[in-house]
Amino acid sequence: MPASDWKKTDVMNVDQPTLTTAERLYLPQIFGGFKTTLRHMFSVHVRNKKVIQYPEQRRQLRKEIYRGVHRLNRDDQGRVACVACFMCETACPAHCIHIVGEESPWQDREKYPVQFDIDELRCIYCGMCEEACPVDAIELTPEFHLVGRSREEMIFDKEKLLMVYDRTKDEKPRKNPRITGY
Amino acid sequence: MALIRAIIKHPILSGLLAVTIGGIVVLTLIVAFLDQIKWVLSDQFWFSNILSLAIFGGIMTAVAYCILLERKISAWIQDRYGPNRVGPLGLLQPLADGVKLLLKEDITPGHVDKALFVLAPFMMFVVALIGFAVVPWGGTFRWPWMDADATPLVAQVASIDIAVIYLLAVGSMGVYGVVLGGWASNNKYAFYGAMRAAAQMISYEIPLGLVVLTAVITVGYLLPVDHAMDCLRLEGAVAAQAPHAASWTMWVVFYHPVAALLMFIAALAEANRAPFDLAEAEQELIGGFHTEYSAMKWAMFFLGEYAHMITSSAFMVCLFWGGYHLPYCTWLSTDESALAMLCRIGVIGAKIAIFIGAYMVVRWSLPRFRFDQLMRLAWKSLVPMGLVILAAQVLIVYYGWPQWISIVVNLGVLVLAAIASLTNAMPISGRQQSLLIKEKAAREKEYELQHAGV
Ligand code: SF4
Ligand code: SF4
Repeated sequence: MPASDWKKTDVMNVDQPTLTTAERLYLPQIFGGFKTTLRHMFSVHVRNKKVIQYPEQRRQLRKEIYRGVHRLNRDDQGRVACVACFMCETACPAHCIHIVGEESPWQDREKYPVQFDIDELRCIYCGMCEEACPVDAIELTPEFHLVGRSREEMIFDKEKLLMVYDRTKDEKPRKNPRITGY
Repeated sequence: MALIRAIIKHPILSGLLAVTIGGIVVLTLIVAFLDQIKWVLSDQFWFSNILSLAIFGGIMTAVAYCILLERKISAWIQDRYGPNRVGPLGLLQPLADGVKLLLKEDITPGHVDKALFVLAPFMMFVVALIGFAVVPWGGTFRWPWMDADATPLVAQVASIDIAVIYLLAVGSMGVYGVVLGGWASNNKYAFYGAMRAAAQMISYEIPLGLVVLTAVITVGYLLPVDHAMDCLRLEGAVAAQAPHAASWTMWVVFYHPVAALLMFIAALAEANRAPFDLAEAEQELIGGFHTEYSAMKWAMFFLGEYAHMITSSAFMVCLFWGGYHLPYCTWLSTDESALAMLCRIGVIGAKIAIFIGAYMVVRWSLPRFRFDQLMRLAWKSLVPMGLVILAAQVLIVYYGWPQWISIVVNLGVLVLAAIASLTNAMPISGRQQSLLIKEKAAREKEYELQHAGV
């Protein structure tokens, strides 16, 4: 095969783009760069439009899908909806959920969590727990202003997670309450 | 009694009281010692001392606000606002930064050479500051209360014969701070950073020296013959660029535009500023020579860098950009009143500020050089260009040719450099056609060899 045919084979050589004359002179490119930066520097209206002054102005979150702090949903009788199936604990890639399940005092389910801890500092807010839950008991809320003075404070227990539900249920109603008809 | 106690306890009223009492005391002192103060201010020795203190204070404030300006400019370039919380428009931010840095834990790691570790940041800071001694801030002037025939004062801390050489020497002392910092840290990354910085600063000293020499020779040629030896004094350099009846301006930059550009580039590299800041390279390397430093010692390095920027801008302004002169403003250049002196300080300050702004825009616009590119830029382009310009200027002075020939030479050097870079097989960055053609030929040959039997 003649050398000029090498292009016809399945071997494909991709060349990096070469420098043009202007690029090799370097100075024109530098001045092009200055033009861009100076344009941004003096375009005040772009700044004013884009910048959100955080504590006073808040950006619009898409509340249905935003992944912030977790909550444990309550069912229609106000009990914790979780059935302690450990699906979320298994699915969690950060291993930050810790559940202790026990036999439930209620007729409509076998188990319920006596302890349900999430380490909010270890969590990567991936939403896998929400995906895994068969009864939609655990959900991520659009709440992200999360502060604590110690690491221990950032481990949210069952009460705290239920409290998050009470605080966010108006903003983001429980996705699918029907599913917990048991 | 109760009223006084209430006032003292009240935070605002007590502050006001203190300020009033202090102001009254200071005013009385001024009025009481007015003659002595006038005498001290009219004596060159004491005036220089007071001026040096004032400049020290001014430069420290300027450095602090340079840092704020840098943050603001970087923010504007990136479509942000920058610091705007502390004080109106964020103007008190430097104060907050300073308090934060002072209160931060100052760690001295266990494995360092203590004495050198403490010495290095101060070294850097001090050498960056002492350069201001020779900068001519305001020319000669008389206070309003001085006799019209009294010897005028010079608004400059020290007027030494070899100011240019002094500035170059002091500038290169900055390398000591960097190398000491890297060495004393006893950390291989810091040491690598220091070596990079030292190699870079020493390399760029050469084009800087060449260009400064060119400017000095030009100034000596422009000055009247009996003052030609003043060319090594910065005030001599500034005096040579005063507006003149014969030409609308005599700034050296108009005779040597390319040399001024080279000086700007070399000054950027000398001050370890982007795009030559791979001594520190915050984004990709771990901070270079000041890896192990924290709190105030780190801040000293930082302040030193900014003070160095101001020094090198002042140097450039004095040598190339006419110091405190403006075109056509003969009043500004020749008047000997205190008001004109203040205006001159304002003009030179404004010029320095423009250069600092340019430094900052450069930093936030251009990507960093690779180290080999940096070295190649110094040795293969800046040094030859500087040499040609210097040789041309020497010939002009030697044969007494008119000075405008240097403009032709400068533009010629620029064109030659462009031609050289276009025909060069090793461009300073990126890939180019000629190399690719060679690569392609080699690839085809290899393919042929592989398929020879098919
Ligand atoms: S969001 Fe992801 S990391 Fe966080 S608890 Fe749920 S599964 Fe674990
Ligand atoms: S997956 Fe849902 S039901 Fe199962 S343990 Fe987790 S929260 Fe409870």
